[in-house]
Amino acid sequence: MANKKKPGLLHKLLDILLYPLTWLEERTSIPGHSGIVGGIKYFLFRKVPGDISWGHTLGSAAFTAFIVQAVTGVILAMYYQPDPDSAYESIRHITDDLTLGWLVRGMHRWGASVFIILLFLHMGRVFLYGAYKYPRELNWIIGVLILVLGMMEGFFGYLLPWDQTAYWATVVGVNLQATGPFVGPFLGPILQGGTEIGSDTLARFYSLHMLVLPGALAGLIGLHLWLVVRVGVTSPPWSADPAGKPRPGPPPPPRAGLVAPGPRGARKR
Amino acid sequence: MNPRRDVDPHGGHGTPHEPTPTIWPVGFAIGIACIFIGLILSPIVVAVGAVLAAIFGFLWIRDVTKGIRTEPSAEEPAPEPVAPPIPAGKRPEGPEPGEGELIRYPRSKFLEAATLGLGGLIGVVVTAPVLGFTILPPFVKQGHEKVDVGAIEDYPENRYVIATYLLRPEEGEVSRRTAYIRNNGFLDDVPSFTILSNRCVHLGCPVQVNGLPIDEDAKTEVNDGQRVTRIPTAAAAGFGCPCHGGQYDTEGNRTAGPPVRALDRYEFEIVNGRLLLGDLYSVSEVDGTGAEAQIHSYPLAGPGQHVDGPEGLLYPVQPPR
Repeated sequence: MANKKKPGLLHKLLDILLYPLTWLEERTSIPGHSGIVGGIKYFLFRKVPGDISWGHTLGSAAFTAFIVQAVTGVILAMYYQPDPDSAYESIRHITDDLTLGWLVRGMHRWGASVFIILLFLHMGRVFLYGAYKYPRELNWIIGVLILVLGMMEGFFGYLLPWDQTAYWATVVGVNLQATGPFVGPFLGPILQGGTEIGSDTLARFYSLHMLVLPGALAGLIGLHLWLVVRVGVTSPPWSADPAGKPRPGPPPPPRAGLVAPGPRGARKR
Repeated sequence: MNPRRDVDPHGGHGTPHEPTPTIWPVGFAIGIACIFIGLILSPIVVAVGAVLAAIFGFLWIRDVTKGIRTEPSAEEPAPEPVAPPIPAGKRPEGPEPGEGELIRYPRSKFLEAATLGLGGLIGVVVTAPVLGFTILPPFVKQGHEKVDVGAIEDYPENRYVIATYLLRPEEGEVSRRTAYIRNNGFLDDVPSFTILSNRCVHLGCPVQVNGLPIDEDAKTEVNDGQRVTRIPTAAAAGFGCPCHGGQYDTEGNRTAGPPVRALDRYEFEIVNGRLLLGDLYSVSEVDGTGAEAQIHSYPLAGPGQHVDGPEGLLYPVQPPR
């Protein structure tokens, strides 16, 4: 009797522990589809082609770099002051005085380059594998937008340390934009918030760098990931066993909680 | 949740979605590359590139559209069975209005249109001021006071003096500007000055005097929050930009490097023996030197923007300053 009772107890305990997940799933699922929990489960355990390689991890790596930028950026914003008289001093304070400030600022500063490099490597992998072709053209387009916004992040973030390098590099960058035909003479002042770089420029760049662009980037990344999940991962061009080919034998049983939430407490005992 | 139910990523081979492979884009790309290289080297290469791009572009388009142009029209879907035409003035759905009953505009349609319309209107009302607030401030109230940079006796004849001042003293050091001022002596009893902006007309870096600034003789004059500093120079042989190597002679004419015109100059006036700097203007080139110089002047343009020649046509309108 005791032998038969034990697994039952364990399952009951597990049910109690996992109850919040069941609760969440029941309240977020659409009939016939899974909810948040099932969706995340699907995202994590979905099928990918058998012969993918480390090259396929570059996208996740770039995403990780973005998260690092977001987290370190939010924390730097707690100490940074976007004001011409105190910006440079606040950066010095972060680097020299605050505990581990040098590390967080360093992660953000070098992570910016890492993010762009990973974007290019990821782009190269997608290009060489032909993964931009039908039905994934839209994801390539979204990826290019992410790259453009990422580089704009770099441009607007470069001014924030407010030292000589930052100032004159931004002067050159803005004037480069302003040499564009017809609209250039208007684009420069719009970027700077005036005819010259001044206090308005710093606040404007700060707002674009930490609110506008990251928001747009997060949205585009979400769309990008959704499309990746929707059409699946490409096999390499040399793959002998293309993804999407039906497997021999009977289909595997559906994963629990994947298709529709079971009735409460329906776990096998 | 089955993401592959609509699209099979590997079932698409040979479908009309995929264009036939073609090598014409390679030729097209070479043509475009020739155009860009030609812009630097010679117009002949541009012409060759344009011809290549046109030929291969045409072939490419012809190849890509082949499927569309030769598609047999038999594949067109049979026309949908046409519903009997609805008499004008009658609603397609709902019961026929009885005699004497008015044809009513459906309430749901009205609410739909009203919701979308009002929503759009609210969107415009909210967005317009925000967009204006973002874009307009850089173009209004950008003027500034004339700046008093000292008595004309403070500027020795025929020597450049580096004068720095605050364009808007209330904004502090971020508005510090530099002018290179040379007193040319008198021309017909009228004092003449050459006053150059230090902003390189390539991309706006600060040009430096190719000579000796005499820092020991620097003088700073403070009045009303304005701090003007004057540093005399010796043997100024022109100006050079540290960023990309642009070089200018003592009149501000470009002598080497990437700048597209001569250095900008300041309008100035002399009131009670004091030198006042006004607005900047752009200069294509300067003939002659000193007080006799002929200055070909234009309204102020940004760094890197041509003011004359065919490239000047690319910048027809300058924003108000």
